[in-house]
Amino acid sequence: MREQLENIRQTALQEFKSVEVRQDLETLRIKYLGKKGELTAVLKQMGKLSAEERPIIGQIANEVRSSIEEFVVKSESNIRKAEIEKKLEAEKLDITMPAKRHSCGHKHPLSIVLDEVQEIFFGMGFDVATGPEVEWDYYNFEALNLPPDHPARDTQDTFYITEKMLLRTQTSPVQIRVMENQAPPIRIIAPGRVYRSDAVDATHSPLFHQIEGLVVDKGITMGNLKGTLEEFAKSLYGSDTKIRLRPHHFPFTEPSCEIDVSCFRCGGKGCPMCKGEGWIEILGGGMVHPNVLKNGGIDPDIYSGFAFGVGLERITMFRFNIDDMRLLYENDIRFLSQF
Amino acid sequence: MKLSKKWLLDYVDLEVSDKEFCDALTLSGSKVEGFETEGSELSNIVVGKILTLTKHENSDHLWICSVDVGDNEPVQIVTGAQNLSQGDFVPVALDNSVVHGGKKIKAGNLRGAPSFGMLCSLCELGLSINDFPYADEDGIFILGDDCQKTLGLDICEAIGFNDVITEFEITSNRPDCLSVIGLARETAATFKLPFSPKKPELVDGIEDVNDYLKVDILAPDKCYRYVGAVVKNVRIAPSPRWLRERLRACGVRPINNIVDITNYVMLEYGQPMHAFDLRYLDGNQVIVRNAKDGEEITTLDDTKRILNSDMLVIADSKKPVAVAGVMGGEYSGIMDDTTTIVFESACFNGPSVRKTAKQLGMRTESSGRFEKQLNPFDCDTCLYRALELVKILDAGDIVSGVVDCNHSDKEPKTLPFDPQWVNDFIGIDLAPSEHKEILERIEFSVDNDVITIPSFRNDIEHQADISEEIARFYGYENIPNRKLSGVAKATLSPSQILKRKVENTLLACGYSEISTYSFISPKAYDKICLDTDDEKRICVTITNPLGEDTSVMRTTAIPSMLDVLARNYHNRNMDVAFYELATQYTSQGENTLPIEKPMVIMGQYGNDSDFFSLKGAVEELLYVVGIDDFDIEAVTDNNIFHPGRTAKISKDGNQIALLGEIHPIVLDNYEIGTRAYVAEIDFDQLFALRVETRSYKPLPKFPATTRDLAFVCDDNIPVLTLQKAISKAVGEILENILLFDVYQGSQIPQGKKSVAFNLRLRSSLRTLTDEECDKAMNNAIKALGELGIALRD
Repeated sequence: MREQLENIRQTALQEFKSVEVRQDLETLRIKYLGKKGELTAVLKQMGKLSAEERPIIGQIANEVRSSIEEFVVKSESNIRKAEIEKKLEAEKLDITMPAKRHSCGHKHPLSIVLDEVQEIFFGMGFDVATGPEVEWDYYNFEALNLPPDHPARDTQDTFYITEKMLLRTQTSPVQIRVMENQAPPIRIIAPGRVYRSDAVDATHSPLFHQIEGLVVDKGITMGNLKGTLEEFAKSLYGSDTKIRLRPHHFPFTEPSCEIDVSCFRCGGKGCPMCKGEGWIEILGGGMVHPNVLKNGGIDPDIYSGFAFGVGLERITMFRFNIDDMRLLYENDIRFLSQF
Repeated sequence: MKLSKKWLLDYVDLEVSDKEFCDALTLSGSKVEGFETEGSELSNIVVGKILTLTKHENSDHLWICSVDVGDNEPVQIVTGAQNLSQGDFVPVALDNSVVHGGKKIKAGNLRGAPSFGMLCSLCELGLSINDFPYADEDGIFILGDDCQKTLGLDICEAIGFNDVITEFEITSNRPDCLSVIGLARETAATFKLPFSPKKPELVDGIEDVNDYLKVDILAPDKCYRYVGAVVKNVRIAPSPRWLRERLRACGVRPINNIVDITNYVMLEYGQPMHAFDLRYLDGNQVIVRNAKDGEEITTLDDTKRILNSDMLVIADSKKPVAVAGVMGGEYSGIMDDTTTIVFESACFNGPSVRKTAKQLGMRTESSGRFEKQLNPFDCDTCLYRALELVKILDAGDIVSGVVDCNHSDKEPKTLPFDPQWVNDFIGIDLAPSEHKEILERIEFSVDNDVITIPSFRNDIEHQADISEEIARFYGYENIPNRKLSGVAKATLSPSQILKRKVENTLLACGYSEISTYSFISPKAYDKICLDTDDEKRICVTITNPLGEDTSVMRTTAIPSMLDVLARNYHNRNMDVAFYELATQYTSQGENTLPIEKPMVIMGQYGNDSDFFSLKGAVEELLYVVGIDDFDIEAVTDNNIFHPGRTAKISKDGNQIALLGEIHPIVLDNYEIGTRAYVAEIDFDQLFALRVETRSYKPLPKFPATTRDLAFVCDDNIPVLTLQKAISKAVGEILENILLFDVYQGSQIPQGKKSVAFNLRLRSSLRTLTDEECDKAMNNAIKALGELGIALRD
């Protein structure tokens, strides 16, 4: 009987090893372990054994049973593995086939850069202010030290609504509106649309965007203007960026300057982007003219300030290497979806 | 402003490279746009002398010249020109040379005769008859006695075509820099060089000017000073080369000695001058007066101008002869038979000149200068200079003296000398002596704590202006950079936070942002089929638009969106979805600024688009903003939209959004050949109804029960009616109701539809029993029954 049991174990081992299909495994399990199975059949003969032999054979029988049970588990696991492998093999994808696109929208490039500029100035404590686009001549010109028939008005060809109402040619009128409504310290930027009577071409548009900046407090100096704009330029174009101020004239700032940044393409060596100059003009600014402070209701003997203006289109076009301003307003999805 | 280097060197002893000069001037405030050397495109063209001239054997018009160019052997050149003689000095483009326009000249063969270059005309040098009036326009340029006839000498040097021209951008506050002397002063100050231009003196003449000319200023508020001089027996002729050369370098065409003198003085001093023919000055009189309304003058450009009483004219005893500071009249010019002339050097009120030039639509070199407010102090100096030039050029006989009518303020302006204020304003620490030194460099004088402003600096009015002068010569680059001190705290405003939320949601929903013009064509309202009396047609209108297409401020951004959809459709972009946070402008009349209202505009077309995809995005947006509970109703009477596919979303009677399919007629008007969908959402309503922070609702502890119900009703009953009735009947245990099927067809009677809902019931207090759920379902069935809607069998 001992041999019989050992035979069963051996044959079972062989049979379970070779089983490949789940159904065959079940048949095999029943063949050995079922009520009418081979092991049961052998165990039924236990009664014929002597009292001494019975526990010994019983133990062997139990060992054989657990061996076979192990074979079942092991085979089952092998079959499962084989099944999975087969499934994986069958499910193989050509991963070079096109993806299913998640159609997220794309932010307009002007907004992308504006957001970036706003974040930089948030970090320096500048709030965002706004003002109307259809504006009084007073705020757009007169209060900014540009009386009627001032020649500098010609540099900003103006769209008029009435003699006194116009489309703002700059975001600078927001300076006056903020000063009228807020006592110093003032630290704001004012992004927005501005309008000038320029025919549309690759670098001109009758509508474009500026970002105005204004700081008014006690003891503000031109050194602060330089320090602030340098930090802005470094944040926008990288920490190696340098700035250069050139004297200029704006009626509402004195001293005034135009501000160049070292060319972000060539680092200042000179390349086609900066037309060999090494510098690219991106800003205008200066110390707020005492008359302008007065017009905003602020005493220039106590306070001083600086102001600046950035052309958003210009820095956006430089950022993304866009060579034609018209693309920004045509809104072709093939253009917009590149951002 | 173009500056001639030769001219500049008359005034400043400058010894730096052109590049250094440009960089330094830019950084001290005179911005250089660029510089070029005259004739730099030419190469290998030299002075040659015609030794012999023989007819070409095989041609009836070609000549074979032997030309001495200073080498051992003469050069043979074949030419077709007919104006040459033996002994003439001519420009010779040798083998491997470049003439005007970049054309390369190489040795060649003309009808069998070798030719080792080309003889040049003025045109081939990039010049014209104005530069050398004695030259033959169609022939070879034969060098006159005003050229250096050195064989083999570079042609540019020989004919004085070698100036360096620097182009400056002069800002409107510095009309003094629109002159050679002004820029020379800036140059000297920048390089710390001595600068003391010789002041011209009045040259002696014959007779007495007062016998020839009388001047009256009747409008002293518009004409501060008028100085006149007379020259008799003028001898009109071309100007000498040095003068023509300088005019050319500054971009002014030489004409004749008298006209050239007026231009020369204008370029040198910045003072526009005028020369009248005395013959046409009735009564030998100059009267500076306001024009009469409707008075006429034909200006030099042969245009008849109608004047008004705001305009200043130079008149004689009968008629206006010039629009003051803008342009002369037809008879005021210098003609070949002119014998006696009057030189005018005057100072007019800047804004008045500007206004007149603008009203007449003729901005001239002269008006462009006068409008920046010139300086009355130098009117006489400039006139003296003109007379001095008459003498040098022997252009006529000067009549003694000048007539000077002067109403200007003769006291120079002053400001307190306050170096500390300037230091504090700029953020530097410069000694008072250094302030003084800088100011004196630019001819400001400092004495007893008072700065006296030179007469040519009209722009200096305030201590801040003084700081700019100090800062630019101290060097902007030397001012130490300082960070702002104090606490930096900045926050987004609630409306900016909402704007970001809206944008992020729409981007996530697949809408791309667009940026459109705020002005549109008034015809756009026809294109969107707005009723003729619709109040949206009342626009803020631009009085001087670039064109009709951009002439009114939009009262709705829907046309802007449709334009973008149309453009994309035209460009064959198949599926698009866009949004814009667009402003619309509503007129409030002349005395109040328009209302600028932000709107969220969405637009889409393509395979992925239908009414419900648009509605889904709008509802998603409302959900994100925190607006859960709103009313939606059909809109059937909006001309822009499809009458059966348009909805209005509102809350408490306030419209939040309008959305729908665009009406086929509007689509036709925009040439959009596919269904398109547009939504217009009121940002202010989103802002008013927004929930910034939602409270947390605990997750359910008890299981839910789901039930399906299907009803049959008339097909014109909106499903929302059924849904609302069910919700009300089931009450608070209704966690969710979902429409999952609408069916029409066999088994359903004609004109009816089957509508099926899936309901999820749940209590937060306990597990619902079957009985409770059954009861709720019965309530729902009963409620719909009351509306005449039966459960589907």
